[in-house]
Amino acid sequence: MAKYLLLKHYRGAPSAVNDVPMEKWTPEEISAHIQYMNDFAARLEKTGEYVDGQALAPEGTWVRFDGEGRPPVTDGPFAETKDLIAGWMVLDVDSYERAVELAGELSAAPGAGGKPIHEWLELRPFLTATPNATDECHNGG
Amino acid sequence: MDETLLRSLIPGVLGILVRRGADFAAAEDAVQDALVEALRVWPADPPRDPKGWLVTAAWRKFLDASRADAARRRREDLVDDQPAPGPVSGVDDTLRLYFLCAHPSLTPSSAVALTLRAVGGLTTRQIADAYLVPEATMAQRISRAKRTVGAVRFDQPGDVGTVLRVLYLVFNEGYSGDVDLAAEAIRLTRQLAAAVDHPEVAGLLALMLLHHARRDARTGADGSLVPLAEQDRGRWDTEMIGSGVAILQAALARDRLGEFQAQAAIAALHADARTVAETDWVQIVEWYDELAKLTDSPVVLLNRAVAVGEADGARAGLAELGRLDAALPRYAAVAAYLHERDGDLDTAARLYAEAAHKATTIAERDHLTRQAARLNNR
Repeated sequence: MAKYLLLKHYRGAPSAVNDVPMEKWTPEEISAHIQYMNDFAARLEKTGEYVDGQALAPEGTWVRFDGEGRPPVTDGPFAETKDLIAGWMVLDVDSYERAVELAGELSAAPGAGGKPIHEWLELRPFLTATPNATDECHNGG
Repeated sequence: MDETLLRSLIPGVLGILVRRGADFAAAEDAVQDALVEALRVWPADPPRDPKGWLVTAAWRKFLDASRADAARRRREDLVDDQPAPGPVSGVDDTLRLYFLCAHPSLTPSSAVALTLRAVGGLTTRQIADAYLVPEATMAQRISRAKRTVGAVRFDQPGDVGTVLRVLYLVFNEGYSGDVDLAAEAIRLTRQLAAAVDHPEVAGLLALMLLHHARRDARTGADGSLVPLAEQDRGRWDTEMIGSGVAILQAALARDRLGEFQAQAAIAALHADARTVAETDWVQIVEWYDELAKLTDSPVVLLNRAVAVGEADGARAGLAELGRLDAALPRYAAVAAYLHERDGDLDTAARLYAEAAHKATTIAERDHLTRQAARLNNR
């Protein structure tokens, strides 16, 4: 009963084992890949471990405050940015081990040649909002 | 209408349906349907005998569903076989239901969800809200749990320890959503305590009450975490503390010590102290020693090191800490605190920052970050 964010990167993750850019796959390979991802999400819904999942466009814009009364400054996208998130899935599972198992399964999605991509996925635990009732800190922690 | 009273009738009604021959999953669906109908009908037309009303309504729902089913003939036979209506003791059924919902074949999250729905009478939406997952996800979790226990015989005795662990999980989940899960866990544990005579059930109930009594004081107005030493003890619920202590003392008198009783004893010693300085740390260390004999949890030893630090000084606490695995959760936080007490503020600041990095809750992370900032800006 802990939530994990599974991050898929366009860029920034260590290279996959089957590292062929998607635009060089065959259309059937792309369909098989997408089907795998959809089936994975559907199965997690059935097991009651699915919370949310979305894909992100590769193009993004950086925005920051530029002072009172002025419109925000926009810039980018920066070609040199190392890390670029492609999408996420939020899981709610019984243990860290289960989260790792599921991430491993998603990483095995088929890619070029119909073989698993072995891509690196980032797994991050959610911080929970409230402390455990019994973790009362009678000290620094 | 008193929704809590209504929900407290659920396990008894469900138990009656199952004993009349309904399979667990179908009975549970029927009771939920009857519950929804009660919420609709009762405000205008309250029944004289709420439980009887629910049994009748749920049984009718069950029969309607069964008739629509492929196994129609076989199930309709049950109508002829059904026992004559009359007063039934709900106690045994309720107890069996607790055991079924905490069955070891279920994962912890499934056991929690099923318990909240079948024993607690919460709707799927309420449970989903409390756990911050979509309703469809929770519905699937509950159906899977019902399928898993579908083959379990309803009359098998269960292990009280498993039930207590599930209730403790519910309690610790806290209070997001519109249902207060901590209060719900207390209600269910009270119900269990009324149905089964077991010192650890009393121990868990006492522990929950003692923690719950301090809840308001544990967070500041902005949601920040207030450590025990800085809490406004005037905001503790003394009535609830008194009730927890009384339950604990009765349990301890039976001389069958268990993990929850020992934890409750430690909580009671904290709750008993009118000021921080009055805290009986020597006795707390003794209870941690008892607790360490009952469980192999290294977290107990970590908390024990804190207590030793208070009882015998920071150096003694650090010596105890040095014997433990530094990879333990909250190890850095404890080390930071003891180093600060020992006067080594640079080390303490570094360790607070490290502990903040490893914190698993937002409130804890913010609190530890503030501690590090306080020492870095002295």
